[in-house]
Amino acid sequence: MPKDSGIGAAIKRREDARFLLGSGRYSDDITLLNQTHAIFVRSEVANGEINSIDTSEAEAMPGVLAVFTGEDFVDVGGNPAGWLINSRNGDPMKEPKRPVLAHGKVRHVGDAYAAVIAETEQQARDAAEKINADIKELPAVIDMASALSGKNFVHDEIGTNQCYDWGWIEDNREATDKAIKNAHHVTTLELVNNRLVPNAMEPRCSIADYNPANDDYTLYTTSQNPHLTRLLISAFVLGIPENKLTVVSPDVGGGFGSKIYHYGEEALVLAAAKRIKRPVRWTATRSESFMSDAHGRDHVTKIELALDKDNNFLAFRTETMANVGAYLSNFSTVTPTILHGTLMAGNYAVPNVYVNVKTVFTNTAPVDAYRGAGRPEATYSLERVIDKAATELGVDPIKLRRQNFIKPDQFPYVTAAGLNYDVGDYDAIMDRLEHHADLKGFAQRRKKSEAAGKLRGLGINSYIEACGIAPSNLIGTLGARVGLYDAATIRVNATGNISVMVGAHSHGQGHETAFPQIVADMLGVDPDNVEIVHGDTSKIPFGMGTYGSRSLAVCGSAIVRGVEKIISKGKKIAAHMMETTDDKVDFEEGVFSVKGTNKTVSFGDVALKAYIPHDFPIEDIEPGLEETAFYDPQNFTYPAGAYACEVEVDPDTGQVTIESFAAADDFGNIINPMIVEGQVHGGLAQGIGQALLEGCTYNEDGQLISASYMDYTMPRAADLPSFIVDHTVQTPSTDNPLGVKGCGEAGAIGSPPTVVNAVVDALRSANHNVTHIDMPLTPERVWAAMNN
Amino acid sequence: MTEVTMTVNGKTVSGSVEGRTLLVEFIRNDLHLTGTHVGCDTSQCGACAIHVNGKLVKACTMFALEADGAEVSTIEGQANDDGSLNVIQQAFKEHHGLQCGFCTPGMVMAAADLLKTNSKPTELEIREHLEGNICRCTGYHNIVKAILAASGQDVSNIAAE
Ligand code: FES
Ligand code: FES
Repeated sequence: MPKDSGIGAAIKRREDARFLLGSGRYSDDITLLNQTHAIFVRSEVANGEINSIDTSEAEAMPGVLAVFTGEDFVDVGGNPAGWLINSRNGDPMKEPKRPVLAHGKVRHVGDAYAAVIAETEQQARDAAEKINADIKELPAVIDMASALSGKNFVHDEIGTNQCYDWGWIEDNREATDKAIKNAHHVTTLELVNNRLVPNAMEPRCSIADYNPANDDYTLYTTSQNPHLTRLLISAFVLGIPENKLTVVSPDVGGGFGSKIYHYGEEALVLAAAKRIKRPVRWTATRSESFMSDAHGRDHVTKIELALDKDNNFLAFRTETMANVGAYLSNFSTVTPTILHGTLMAGNYAVPNVYVNVKTVFTNTAPVDAYRGAGRPEATYSLERVIDKAATELGVDPIKLRRQNFIKPDQFPYVTAAGLNYDVGDYDAIMDRLEHHADLKGFAQRRKKSEAAGKLRGLGINSYIEACGIAPSNLIGTLGARVGLYDAATIRVNATGNISVMVGAHSHGQGHETAFPQIVADMLGVDPDNVEIVHGDTSKIPFGMGTYGSRSLAVCGSAIVRGVEKIISKGKKIAAHMMETTDDKVDFEEGVFSVKGTNKTVSFGDVALKAYIPHDFPIEDIEPGLEETAFYDPQNFTYPAGAYACEVEVDPDTGQVTIESFAAADDFGNIINPMIVEGQVHGGLAQGIGQALLEGCTYNEDGQLISASYMDYTMPRAADLPSFIVDHTVQTPSTDNPLGVKGCGEAGAIGSPPTVVNAVVDALRSANHNVTHIDMPLTPERVWAAMNN
Repeated sequence: MTEVTMTVNGKTVSGSVEGRTLLVEFIRNDLHLTGTHVGCDTSQCGACAIHVNGKLVKACTMFALEADGAEVSTIEGQANDDGSLNVIQQAFKEHHGLQCGFCTPGMVMAAADLLKTNSKPTELEIREHLEGNICRCTGYHNIVKAILAASGQDVSNIAAE
C-alpha cells in the first residue's frame, strides 16, 4: 500500500476537476425535456388570516398550466418533526401541522400560500403577480418573552406559543440549585446567541419528473440526505410509495444544515408534475432563501457558574428561550435540547449541571440545525461565563480552564449532563494552542497596537462537541423518531475495481476522495480504482445522509464493516483457489496467502473468480463479491479543541479586526488532513461571521430586515485572516473502528466565544468596564459598549 | 424577442432573448453553459463572474442584449487547449481552494482577472480583489493560498500546521 494514498494521506480531491472546469452538475443545471416552471407566492406579512385567494386572473395568463393553493393539500399530511421532546411535567411537545402550502393563515414573511406552474419561468412569475389574495394582517408574535406571556398565538389551535419546557437533567435540578446557593462565588451572564441564515451558496432547487407509464416519480433536489427526504415525502406528506419515488441529490453547493430538511416546495413540484404530467422545476432566488430556508441559533440564555474558594467549578445552570419559528422544521426540537443541554458540562469535571429550555413559536421562518446545531450555543454560554468568572476572580483564563479540565486518566467520563466521553486530553490540546498563540509575545504586540492607537485583545476558548449522534436505541429513548445508523454497499466488480454506494451525502466534504482512502487502505488497492456513489436513492442503501459531522464516524465505519465482509468472503474464495481452508488464509496488502507457505493469490484474481465461478463450490460460496453493512455506533464521538484569537479594536469607530486566529483540535484519527484543515477553515469563517458580522433581524412587525446580501453581512475574504490550524493531538475515538471523531462543525462551535472573549479583553485593557457584548459585534455595538 | 450575437469562449453564438433576459440566464439556459452560477439576486455573490471584453463582470448585472457583439469568456473556456486544468485551476486543486464548488467558477474568473494586471499580488491584495465573491465553505484561506501559488509565489508561510 503506497503510504501517500491510504489513510492519513493528504491526497488531492478527485471531485475538483469537474467543479474547476464548470462541469459540476448541480440541480439547477439539469434540464428535462418538456419541463415547466414553478413560482411560489409568499406572504408579505408575518401573521395573517387568509380570507380568500382568487387565482382566476393568474390562470388566464399566457403559458399558465396550473395554480395551486393550500386548499389543494388539505387532504395530505404535514411535514413532521423528527424528534419528540417532552416537557418537564411529562407533557409531549406541541406539534402544529406544517402544510405543503399555508392554509387558513400565513405565519411568517415568506410563508408560501400559492404556486403557479407555467411554460416558462417568466410566465410563471408574471402570473404569480396576478394571484389576488385577501389576507388580513394580524399582530405579529416576534419577541420570545412576549410570545410566552402573551395571548396572541402563532397557532390558535394549540393555545400557547410554548412548544415545550424542557429540563435536563430534571433529577439534577435540586442538587444544582443547592450547589449554586452555597457556592463561594457565582458568576452570572445573560446573552443572546444571534439568529443566523445558513446561506449555502447554492440556493435550494427541486425538479420533479413524473412518469405516468409506471406511476413513478423522480425528484432532483438539493438535499443533504436524499433517503430521509424520500421517507418523509412517502410516509408523511404525499403518501407516494417509497418504491415509486427516486430522490436524487446530485452535486449540492453546500448545506450547513439548511438542506437536511424536507421543504414544502419539494412536495409541491411532485404534486404538480403528476397533475400536468410534465416535469416541474423550481429554483429559489436568494431572497426566497433568506425568507424560507431554515435559520439557525436564536437563543436567549441566562447562565450561572458556581465556584468554590479554590476556583473549582461546582455547577452550571442555564435558562434558555429558543426560537423555533412558525413551524417545526424536521430537527428543530432536538437542536436546542439534546444537542445543546447534554453539552453543558463542556470539557470540565463539574459535578452539577442543570439546563432549562423553553422553545417558542414566533411568526418567523423555522429555525433548525445550522453548522454545530446546539453545540455552538452550549459552548458560547459556557466559554463566555468562564471568561467572565476569570475576570471577576482575577485569575488567568487558561489556568482556570486547565484547573477544571477532565483529566486524561478520568476517561471514560460520565458528565453531569449525562454524556459518556470516551477519551480526550484537553491539556495536551491547550499545550498545542499555547505553542501557536505565542502568549509570551502578546504584551509586546499589545504595546505595538496601542502605539498605533488601537486596543488589542486576546481571547481563549476550549470546547467539546458530540458528533455522529447515536446509538439508535439510546436516541430512541430520548425521543428520536429515526435511527441514526448509516450504510454502505461495497461492490467489487469482476474486473477488480470497486463501487461503494454510501448513505452519506457529499456537498463539499470530499467523500469521493476520502472514502476511497479507507477502502484502498484495507484492500491494498489503488484509491483511483474505488468509486463512491452517493445521492441517489435508487442506487444507494438506506442511510441517513450528512450532517452533525457524522459521515466518517458513522458511514465511514459502515464502509469498514462492509470491506471486512468482503475480505472474509474473499478468504473463502482464496481458500478454494489455493486448496486450503479459509482459517489458514491471510490477507495483507491486496494479497491472499496461505499461512506458513509461499502460496498466494491476488485480490483481483479472487474478484474475477467470484464472478466466473466455473469450478466453484456453489453450495458453500455464493457467486459475486458484494456486501452491505449497516453501522449503528455505540456512542457519540467527542472532538475537542482550544482556540485563540487576537483582535484589534479601533477605539474611535468600534471596528474590530481579527489579527490572528489559532485552532488546535483533537479529531482522533485523520483520513485526509488536507480536507480536515479545509473543514476547520470553513467552520472558523462561519463562527467569526457569527461573532462579528451576521445577524438575522426581524423587526417588531415581523418584517425580515436582513433579507439580502446588502443587509445580511456575509464574511468576505478581507474580513478574515489566514488561520493556524493544528490537529496533532489525536486521541482516537474508542467507539468506532476508524478511531475518528468528525471535524465539520468544530470551527463554527469554538470560534464565536473566542472572538467575543478577545474583544472584551481588548476593551478592558483600556479600562472600559465591559463584561459582555452581544453578537454580532458590529462597530456600532462595540462603540456603544465603550461609550456606555 | 430580439436577436443577439456574441462570441463565447471563442465561438460565435446567437439566440433570441427578451429585453429583461439577463446575460447569466442566456449563458445558462440558452447556451447550456452551466458552469456560471447564480447565487443571489442583488449582484453581491460573484458566483456568476465571467469576463466580457476582457473585463471581470457579474453576468447577473448585465442584460443579454447589452452583450451583443461582445467577447465573452466563461469558466468553460478556461482550461488549457488540451482540456487540462490551467495554472489557476491546478493551484485551486493543489491547495484545496474549493469544497462544494459552487463559488469556484466565479473565484477562478476573479483570480484570472487579478493576475492579468498584478502578476505578484500580496495576500491583502488578493483578499481585497475577492470583495465581490462570497464563498461559504472554505473560509477563503485556501483560495488565497491557491491564488498566491498560481502567481508563482511561495505559500509555505501561509501553510497551516
Ligand atoms: S449571481 Fe451574480 S453576483 Fe450573485
Ligand atoms: S466552495 Fe462552496 S461556496 Fe465556495
